[in-house]
Amino acid sequence: MRFFLEKFFTAFAWLATFTAMSAIFILIGFLALRGYSTINLELFFGQANWLKAITGAQPVFGGLWPAMAGTIALVLLSCSIAIPVGVAAGIYLSEYASPKIQSAAGFAVDLMAGIPSIVMGLFGFSIIILLKNTFLPQARTCLMLAAVCIALLVMPYLIRTTQNSLQSISEERRLLGISLGFSTWQNIRHILLPSSSKGILSGIILSIGRAAEDTAVILLTGVVSQAFVPRSLWDKFEAIPFRIYYLAAEHRSSAELEQAYGAALVLLIITGLLFILAFLFQKSIEKKWIIR
Amino acid sequence: MQSLELRERLIKATLFAATMVSVVAALSIFALLLYFSLPLFSIEGLRTVISWEWRPFSGHFGIMPMMVGSLLLSTGALLIACPAGIGICAFISVLAPGRFARPVSAIVHYMTSIPTVIYGFVSIFLLVPLIRDWLDKGTGLSLLTATITLSLLILPTIVLVYSAYIREKDKELKLTGAALGFSKSQYFLFILFPLTKKGLIIASILGFGRAVGDTLISLMLAGNTPLVPQSIFDSIRTLTSHIALVIATDSQSTFYHSVFAAGLLLFILMTAINIIIRKIGNSSQ
Repeated sequence: MRFFLEKFFTAFAWLATFTAMSAIFILIGFLALRGYSTINLELFFGQANWLKAITGAQPVFGGLWPAMAGTIALVLLSCSIAIPVGVAAGIYLSEYASPKIQSAAGFAVDLMAGIPSIVMGLFGFSIIILLKNTFLPQARTCLMLAAVCIALLVMPYLIRTTQNSLQSISEERRLLGISLGFSTWQNIRHILLPSSSKGILSGIILSIGRAAEDTAVILLTGVVSQAFVPRSLWDKFEAIPFRIYYLAAEHRSSAELEQAYGAALVLLIITGLLFILAFLFQKSIEKKWIIR
Repeated sequence: MQSLELRERLIKATLFAATMVSVVAALSIFALLLYFSLPLFSIEGLRTVISWEWRPFSGHFGIMPMMVGSLLLSTGALLIACPAGIGICAFISVLAPGRFARPVSAIVHYMTSIPTVIYGFVSIFLLVPLIRDWLDKGTGLSLLTATITLSLLILPTIVLVYSAYIREKDKELKLTGAALGFSKSQYFLFILFPLTKKGLIIASILGFGRAVGDTLISLMLAGNTPLVPQSIFDSIRTLTSHIALVIATDSQSTFYHSVFAAGLLLFILMTAINIIIRKIGNSSQ
């Protein structure tokens, strides 16, 4: 009986692993085979000249460029908010906070990390309703709002990776600066941060991927299916993940379907490259939930 | 010397302010959700939301079918992902022959970075036709389709959390297992598995949270009918996609209250999950 159980379990473990791995290879293979032929300049810029399109001299119709530009703008904006604040908070939690604050603020960070992205989008949407009803009746969802919400979404991840990489520095390394008479900040700035830079950097890279792929937040905070390259922070915008979602359900022609495959492959390649980059920076990227 | 100390204090204050951003954000998210669902906190208000009918144009704003939808979908995904996750963890940590463990673990890591919308997209063109044509069940957009895809989405969460836990235990127990002359599968089944139950529970709760919080899979694959399903081939609507659908279709603001109720419900659920995980985590120390 026990012998049977062992054999059965071993077979099951192999089968589970094999099935999951095949699913991922099928997913990647399917997109690569189906999307590969669609990736060319026309996919991005339609009939427009690509140079003129990028400089904004010529509008792009029917290409991915507006969505690409929207996603790039969204990632740049949200990361320029989330990275400084997130890394700073991580440093504070690791190096300055008393155990009490560490536990209380840590709870808030975990809570933020658990908030579903659609609820984060709803939060952004409710800010607009609030503004509309009070002193800004013309308020509407826009690029800036989406960026702030995405920033809040990836911030807890940045905080935790920063905090973890700092806390994993050995005691000897920690005392090095102190023994040289460094102040707390000097020690952080010149010893601890350089020692943990790889871990922090891989956290940053993965949050860029997270910001680029999120669909649910922007769904409620200003993404639209037809827009030009965003001209200001207060414009509606397009984005690659939303484009994929939209075209999957609403494609009207085979050309649009081809574009959907192209967009999906482009997004998969971008997030894949970011993953490899982060992987190179830090060989093991573990979310250390349990150790604490 | 004076200025150095001032600088130190300024830096500390700035870093503290950055930490407070998260605390303030978490509080304001809760406050806003609560504020906008306040009109529902009356007997009449609660009755409109806690009902089984969603027919907004005739004044029925019930979100119970969506609660059931969310619960069924997430539980189903967990029922697939959890055993599969145990199998994969056993493979990575013990069973795999030398060169297999690392690539499998790397691919599981990679899975976390595949965008949700891509899981949904590929399922629409691979899984949906399969269920529609082979099993001949309606449109193929069903509870079953979404469950299978969602289980793939939460699998890496479960495997990474659980295998980190196993690795810690494995360090302590490896010698014991070897000394008892156990085979690899005996070692996992009779020593590691019973002693890492807590890790499995934490991993499952986190996986469940991820499943409940996901929007895109159910939005793209579950069909979005606001009814309680009769079978796994029926279409369902989850709380998350309900929020997306009602707001994206830009209907009247009277519909919004029920949406905020759904949001508040999700927020409270995630808070509860966090507290439970903290409790379990602390009880070990």
